[in-house]
Amino acid sequence: MSGRGLVAAVLAPGAALALWVVLGAALFLGALGPQGAALRAAGTAALETHGMVLILWWLAAALLAGWLARRLYRAWVLAPSRLLAATRILAAQENAAGLPELAPATPATRALAAEIESLARDRQELRAEMARLVEQASRSVAEQRDQLATLMDELDHAVVVCNRDGRILLFNARMRRLARNLSPQDGAELVGLGRSIHAVLDTAAIAHALETVEGRIARGVSPHAAVAQVVTATPLGHLLRISLAPVRHAEAADNRLRGYVLLVDDITRDQQRQARREGALLRMAEQGRASIANMQAALEMLDYPDLAPADHDRFLGVIRDEVARMRDRLLSEDEPGAELSARWPLHDMLATDLMAAAIRKLQGTANAPITTLPVEDDLWLRIDSFGLIAALDHLAARILSLGGDPVLWLRLARAGSHAHLDLGWVLREGAPPIDPRDLSALPDERTESCAAAASVRDVVDRHGGEIWLDRNRDDGRPFFRLLLPLAAVETAPADAPIGGRPEFYDFDLFAAAHADAGDARPLSELAFTVFDCETTGLDPMGGDEIIQLGAVRILNSRILNGETIDQLVDPQRPIPEAGIPIHGIRDEMVRGKPAIAQVLPVFHRFAEGSVLVGHNVAFDMRFLKLKEAATGLRFDHPVLDTLLLSSILHPAEESHSLEAIAARLGVQIGARHTALGDALATAEVFRRMIPLLERQGIVTLGQARAASDRSQFARLRY
Amino acid sequence: MTRTVLIADDEPNILVSLEFMLRREGHRILTAGDGTGALDLIRRERPSLVLLDATMPGLTGFEVCEAVRADPSIAGTRILMLSAKARPTDMARGLGAGADAYVTKPFATAELLERIRGLLT
Repeated sequence: MSGRGLVAAVLAPGAALALWVVLGAALFLGALGPQGAALRAAGTAALETHGMVLILWWLAAALLAGWLARRLYRAWVLAPSRLLAATRILAAQENAAGLPELAPATPATRALAAEIESLARDRQELRAEMARLVEQASRSVAEQRDQLATLMDELDHAVVVCNRDGRILLFNARMRRLARNLSPQDGAELVGLGRSIHAVLDTAAIAHALETVEGRIARGVSPHAAVAQVVTATPLGHLLRISLAPVRHAEAADNRLRGYVLLVDDITRDQQRQARREGALLRMAEQGRASIANMQAALEMLDYPDLAPADHDRFLGVIRDEVARMRDRLLSEDEPGAELSARWPLHDMLATDLMAAAIRKLQGTANAPITTLPVEDDLWLRIDSFGLIAALDHLAARILSLGGDPVLWLRLARAGSHAHLDLGWVLREGAPPIDPRDLSALPDERTESCAAAASVRDVVDRHGGEIWLDRNRDDGRPFFRLLLPLAAVETAPADAPIGGRPEFYDFDLFAAAHADAGDARPLSELAFTVFDCETTGLDPMGGDEIIQLGAVRILNSRILNGETIDQLVDPQRPIPEAGIPIHGIRDEMVRGKPAIAQVLPVFHRFAEGSVLVGHNVAFDMRFLKLKEAATGLRFDHPVLDTLLLSSILHPAEESHSLEAIAARLGVQIGARHTALGDALATAEVFRRMIPLLERQGIVTLGQARAASDRSQFARLRY
Repeated sequence: MTRTVLIADDEPNILVSLEFMLRREGHRILTAGDGTGALDLIRRERPSLVLLDATMPGLTGFEVCEAVRADPSIAGTRILMLSAKARPTDMARGLGAGADAYVTKPFATAELLERIRGLLT
């Protein structure tokens, strides 16, 4: 209580007492009437001589009353409210030390405290017993999990298990290595529990595989056999073969997918080697054919009866020349250059499935219906459906861009050992035909939209197919014809599993409908990025800069100690001496470290889809926000502040420093004033706050944000 | 009857034989060593028949073929593609591009001559 408050509290009962006495005396004298005049005169005289005694007497009484009031306040108001706060901590924590000493308290409050402590002890014993049982059970689960983990790490494939929205539930070491190779940025860990697989693999490729699988299941194919393959290229030019197998609920009657398992192979190197081999073979065969043709023709000319001697020598010369060329070619050892087109990994697909997917895609692009003819029922193609549909989509978009309001049509039919896939169009009545020169250039345009930044012709070449501009026999209207290979053997359903696929786990995350961090979702289920910055000073507008960034993730109320950022940053300015005793970072320590413009993109990716948390986070956010213009990265994540949350939980407490909160919640602080140390302490504090907040009815992110906005500190400090 | 025949191939060793053979048939022979030159000659000289190699510098045989069919003034030119590219897809492409015949190398000259006579009647 402040000094002024204390004086007011002490004087208030005294002042009331004095008022009461004066009022009483006035009433008494008034009641006496004229007889009172003598008494009043005597009283006045007495006051004039002995007034000081009366004032001293009053002061003593006032002090006594103030002291009494303070004791009563502490015993009847403060002690129960402290008891309430302490009980809440005790109730929310598993191993709280006990209740604090309640110095001035009534016997009843003390007895209540003793009862609460005894209840807490009983509960702790029960908890210990429960924990023992749980540990026993989880040990056997852990054994199974270790076996599964070992098995997964032994696999030749990178394996990752995701829920329906692409959040990662499980992955093996090979997947982590693969993701590191694919990452355009060094040091950014893209694979982690609860992260999105779309940060690593092409979203469109996975969506295509999922669509294929769901289409097959809908057609009645057993989910165990409904596996889809896609081949996709990454921005760095890696070629990945992805197999997607669905995960469903074992007992569920419907066929809704709960998630999927991806097997990923980096086939870039195999592919290049094979392509080189095949390219070399094809070239040798063609060169051989040409040479033999030249020699055969020349030989047959030699058979003409009336050959002039000069012609005779010329044809002999041709033969000699070709023999020499063939010998040179065979003896030379030059390896042909890398060509990535020869044999792309293909998979079998039902023609109706391909058409359905292609039409959906083209309709989206054209924003209009696509005319189509019925497709033969069990026509199987051997294709890269993802690349092929991307190629068709590119062709369609370009045709639409050439004017004349074309209405597209699509047709797929068997043609001997191949299939014809035709993409045509009908122009608006009276529109001039499209210039054939524009059209015949389309298949060779390089485009980013086809996988591996190839042209439409490259995609067709991967199939060993062809593409050309053809014309309708009857009306001469042009269309593009793609020649595609049929599947060698009509694909039969894969072997039925023996006794069904084993259910290894009941992954809780499958059930969680993860979307982006939403206000309606409980705090206990969200992903958080807890972070802290050390800076050169307190004024970002005045040129102060970040010199260290620490961050750690929390998922489902678990701190993921394996997913952290601990990065020194070169502020590109000197570090003032004044701050060095606090953060311990000197100029030579940050020299050669990345600048903030390089660090923030990594941090932004790290924090993607999560809620940012910090202690007095407004300070750190100001530094991040000031960099938005320079880096083009927007930090518009939802934000929570442990300082504000503490003031909501314990309004009676005076200090909400990180140390004070940590002490209240029983958190040990490790390395204070390193960015990661502070972030870890804040994370632990925050994690322990979640159940306490729930007890006050603050369960969802939205409720926590609303309560923070209303907090006294929010108004005072921001 | 004398006709004009264009032989387009980047292999001089095949031009020698084909030119000799078709001259003896009594035709007027033009030769080109690349696709662009071939297309120029077709536009200028209007040959009755073109023997067209598939792989040539500049425009490929397939492209020359497409260009001929797309140009109404020369679209009626007979085209025989003659190529070491012998996969079924290569043939399909050649015929798709508008060639009247697709002969793979190597070939028997007598048979080729039959095909040429057929195309010139």
